[in-house]
Amino acid sequence: MFPFAFEWANDPVHFVFMGALYTVLICLVIILHYCGIRAFLDLICKKKGHDEHH
Amino acid sequence: MDSASAPFDSALFPEGTRRCKLRWFLLWLAVLHGPLMIGVIAMLMCWGLALNVTNLNNNYPFGLWIAADLGIIALGAGAFFTGFLRYVVKIDELKHIVNFAVVIGVICYASAQGMLGVDIGQPLRGWFIFWHANVHSMLTEVAFCITCYFMVLCIEYLPLILEQRQINRLGFFHGMAHHLHEAMPTIAAIGVFLSFFHQGSLGGVPGVLYARPFAFREGFLVWPWTFFLFILSAIACGPCFTILITWITEKFARKKLVKRNVIDILAKISGRLLVLYLVLKTIDTVYWVSTAGKVGAPFSSFYANSPYGYWVLFMELGILGVIPAIILLSEKARKNENILILACVLNCAGIFMNRWIMTVQSLAVPVLPFDSYVGYHPNWVEYASTLLFVWAGVIVVSISYRYLPIFSQEKELNP
Repeated sequence: MFPFAFEWANDPVHFVFMGALYTVLICLVIILHYCGIRAFLDLICKKKGHDEHH
Repeated sequence: MDSASAPFDSALFPEGTRRCKLRWFLLWLAVLHGPLMIGVIAMLMCWGLALNVTNLNNNYPFGLWIAADLGIIALGAGAFFTGFLRYVVKIDELKHIVNFAVVIGVICYASAQGMLGVDIGQPLRGWFIFWHANVHSMLTEVAFCITCYFMVLCIEYLPLILEQRQINRLGFFHGMAHHLHEAMPTIAAIGVFLSFFHQGSLGGVPGVLYARPFAFREGFLVWPWTFFLFILSAIACGPCFTILITWITEKFARKKLVKRNVIDILAKISGRLLVLYLVLKTIDTVYWVSTAGKVGAPFSSFYANSPYGYWVLFMELGILGVIPAIILLSEKARKNENILILACVLNCAGIFMNRWIMTVQSLAVPVLPFDSYVGYHPNWVEYASTLLFVWAGVIVVSISYRYLPIFSQEKELNP
């Protein structure tokens, strides 16, 4: 349920309940993307280093 | 092992490990698919012919599936709790078993969601609980937390797949696995947060049933005492389930996979938590008996209907509670493998019995003067569709054990 859904009510329960859900989901997405981007950068840097070495 | 006698798929095995021939492995998987298919048929019957093919009715909207669901989720607590001990409390020895705890956790939570998918009858409407969420319901909280925690478990399982010998050769996957390992304490902390709430809320569901004195409990703020008891019982039995499945895997593999000191740490922690749980559960039971009697629900009325006699209480707290607690606390008893496994079996059976009592027996006790007791026995459709996930779990463990680097001590223990 998003805040624009007709069932949404601007009360603390909705903010806490749905807020916690979206916080967790956002954290997981950030962690996965962070690891993916770091792995990709490692790969690029390693390749560059490899080319320079040769 | 020379290359001529090595199994066909030996290039996929974890480095330095041995596995059986591929044909025996495929035969094993084929054997498991027999009962699995019976479960699939039962599941399709539930979806195609609706829930009247089961023995669920208006007296028992919660039956075997929900009790098994609660039990499996409690057993899966080994994953979050081992992760918590390894990454947050920093008990380093547990790094040798945390991977397998994650595999077990993934299976337990996937099974729980699968069973719910059968139980709701119309799985195509499963998303309603997220979109049309009733934010005052503990079950909504459970659904949110279980779904999110399953995602966490999948992320924890991902590095194991990425570290598979052939996949790990690819630079990106190697790096991804490395960075996921670095992020694991954060992921484990999110898992602990989610598990705390859904394990507790599963206990909160019966605890807030004001009209059912058998299940109702007072509590702290919005949480009945069952909320805290469920968390405690889950973390007391989860590690025992991890030990039990590790032992079964060792027996099938015919080799040691984890050192005894690692098992001993888990067993000792489990024993202490089980004692704490039993003390609090006993206090809760005494208080519940005294207060329920005052509001017109005498203790004897809870245990007046066969088969739910006083033996249930004795069995749950005594045989399946006190005995494993004594064994797990005694260093001498823990050192004997057979006695340790007996304690683990009793502990896990105790958790299943507790979940059955809190769901099915709660519904069995009549609450109105004109109510009469109606019994409930699950039929084959319910049993088969529940066991379906056990067989699926065995297949996942088998494939994971064969191809993924789950047991870091295997090479050392089997040179």
